[in-house]
Amino acid sequence: MADFGTFCLITALCLSLYALIAALTGASRPRAGMVRSAENAVYAAAASSALAFGALAYLLATDSFAVAHVAGNSSRALPLFYKITAIWGAHDGSMLLWVFVTAAFSGIAVYQNRSRHRDMMPYVVAVLMADLSFFLFLNLFFSNPFHRLAEVFPDGSIQPFLPADGYGLNPILQHWAMVIHPPVQYLGLIGFLVPFAFAIAALLSRQTGGAWIRATRRWTIMTWIFLGAGLVLGGKWAYVVLGWGGYWGWDPVENSSLMPWLVSTAFLHSMIVEQRKGMLKVWNIILVMLAYLLGIFSTFLTRSGVVSSVHAFADSNLGTFFLAYMAAVLSVGLYLVYDRREDLRSERRLDSILSRESAFLFNNLILMVACFAIFWGTMFPVFSEWVRGTKISVGPPFFNSINVPIGLLLLLLTGVGPLLAWRRTSLRSLGRSVRIPAAAACAAAAGLLAGGMRNPSVMACLALCAFVAAAIVEEFCRGAWARRRARGESWPKAVANLVGRNKRRYGGYIVHFAVVLMFAGFAGNAFNLEAVQRLETGESMHIGDYTLKVAGYSEGETPNYDFGRVALEVFRNDARIRTLEPERRMFKTGSRQVTTTVALHSTPKEDLYVVFAGVTGGGRVFEIRANVNPLVYWIWVGAALMVLGTAIALLPDPQAVPGP
Amino acid sequence: MTARMKFLIGGGVIVAALAFLAAVGFQESRAYYITVDEYQEMRDHLQGATVRLAGEVVAGSVDRSGQEMEFVLGSRAGSVAVRYVGSAIIPDTFTDGSRALVEGHIAPDGEFLARRIEARCASKYEEEYGDRTGS
Repeated sequence: MADFGTFCLITALCLSLYALIAALTGASRPRAGMVRSAENAVYAAAASSALAFGALAYLLATDSFAVAHVAGNSSRALPLFYKITAIWGAHDGSMLLWVFVTAAFSGIAVYQNRSRHRDMMPYVVAVLMADLSFFLFLNLFFSNPFHRLAEVFPDGSIQPFLPADGYGLNPILQHWAMVIHPPVQYLGLIGFLVPFAFAIAALLSRQTGGAWIRATRRWTIMTWIFLGAGLVLGGKWAYVVLGWGGYWGWDPVENSSLMPWLVSTAFLHSMIVEQRKGMLKVWNIILVMLAYLLGIFSTFLTRSGVVSSVHAFADSNLGTFFLAYMAAVLSVGLYLVYDRREDLRSERRLDSILSRESAFLFNNLILMVACFAIFWGTMFPVFSEWVRGTKISVGPPFFNSINVPIGLLLLLLTGVGPLLAWRRTSLRSLGRSVRIPAAAACAAAAGLLAGGMRNPSVMACLALCAFVAAAIVEEFCRGAWARRRARGESWPKAVANLVGRNKRRYGGYIVHFAVVLMFAGFAGNAFNLEAVQRLETGESMHIGDYTLKVAGYSEGETPNYDFGRVALEVFRNDARIRTLEPERRMFKTGSRQVTTTVALHSTPKEDLYVVFAGVTGGGRVFEIRANVNPLVYWIWVGAALMVLGTAIALLPDPQAVPGP
Repeated sequence: MTARMKFLIGGGVIVAALAFLAAVGFQESRAYYITVDEYQEMRDHLQGATVRLAGEVVAGSVDRSGQEMEFVLGSRAGSVAVRYVGSAIIPDTFTDGSRALVEGHIAPDGEFLARRIEARCASKYEEEYGDRTGS
């Protein structure tokens, strides 16, 4: 089966190279048959990659420890579910996941457009297959997950080696959020390949008028939401598994996924400007190219060990190839933009600074500054080493000092932007439309001040949240009110029809509302409490309004790990509310690593977060760390709402005029 | 003045303000990032600066008997004695032989005073089993 896997990868590589060459030949001297043949090769390459992926899943499911990846990331005692997901437990297998997703996306994109955009398709196929070939090449020659274990004997002979059991999956990866976080993140990091391929194809085939944007609007939005969902899932995982009490630490690995999200958020907004006004054509191509490249940059950072040795996946010599590939994409892309600059002339100019267009421009500017600052901070150790020979790294205070004001500016734009008309808005009409939101913001600020709040950035954040929320609610009410008056519909029906009639617009508002909830959750960070204490049975500790009393301690065993569990009775203002049972797990295989399982009492107001950090005093003294994290709940609610709003925006609009 | 000019000026002001904030934040949070190997040679140069030090926890060196924890970070070429003076609980991933990143500063006698010990993220574990299974 291992040989079969390698064979599938080789086949896929040959097919994708063939498709690349056939597509380019078919395009240069128009031959429809050649292009069709290339497209069929894309399907075959996708099928072949899927088979390779299936082969690794099969090897893991059947405990084939002769294969290094299986021996290193699985064990007999591991539940079947985690055995399969151990595919992405390490570098080589996750590379196969990357290849599989790329190949599947290519197949789907080609199939969707089998009878449309015939001028662009040969170039689309060429770009898709260049990317797939590159990753197949790396997967096959530098990170093949089908390699077998071998033992070298003193006499120099090499024999196959079959261990009795595997090393086990890294315990902290054995969690539902970590099972789905990597695939979701990959869908988001890889997906911009398709819009990028169409952008390049549009340049090469001289399709002006934003055909590529229309063709890939859904891909873009889908990829964007996967990327966002991946970030939130990663945060959720860090929050409940790593046990340090937070969900985001400005770690290079986290930053590397946030950067393409920021760029694609900018793209999502600026593509509206191109579609409506025929402006920003060059800019949009650059944005989609950056989103695509940053996706690759993200996987490059985690795999190459560039940023720092402790932060890296295994060091490997992949780095050079990644850099060469990214440099090649960037130079070809920029050259094409330069060469086709006549095709990309803006159809209009900016009419007024007080206009929807201008709000979008500011949104783009600020998102790009955020991305650049994060890039700079993440890569600073590398740059400083080049320039001065010493590595200087920057920590969370740097990222916060710039991203907090940026977040506030973006929140303000989220509120004001939709209130501005296209082309130009008079100050007076803007004043009229901000009346209610501004009143809501003032009321919120006054309420917070009366409640004893003194932190300026939190005040600003929550007041802006009130502003944006009020603006969105007002928009919904006004639309529903008009429908009620015109057609006599009931309120719920009016709202449902309002959303159904213009899903892009109102789906977008729902996403904006979700952003408001998430920002409120982020603001809660300023009031986190932490307490650490050593307790014996019967003793208690206090944090915020809560009292935690150690009621007992128990131990137990599963095939996979031993565990110790402290039962803590939780009182809030002296009323008993529940028992929390934080756990310590000692895994039986591999590193024999100890992990903690966070016990969480989550309410809309705040999370009580308890970690059983250790045992001392001959097993009678328990080290307990408790955190009270206000408003974290709303981050997850906001994320779910964001997915919902995006789904609505993606539904086909009956009123929309289909593109030519 | 054209709208385009206004946008450029407004954008310039925003970017300048953010750049200023970034510069301030940078001054506050910069830290020299060194490995145990570089410690001896950089030691005098880095007095008083915030330093992040990466190395491997030498097996058997962790002494948690006192109020403060002491341990040795090592590498192929050298080793550094570290005293942990922070208050947070030590992460579970911090054990003999594990790779650790500590942040703090260098005491005049050459000992490293760590305020923070970093818990590592999952994608950083590769090498542990990589060494064992190396194909």
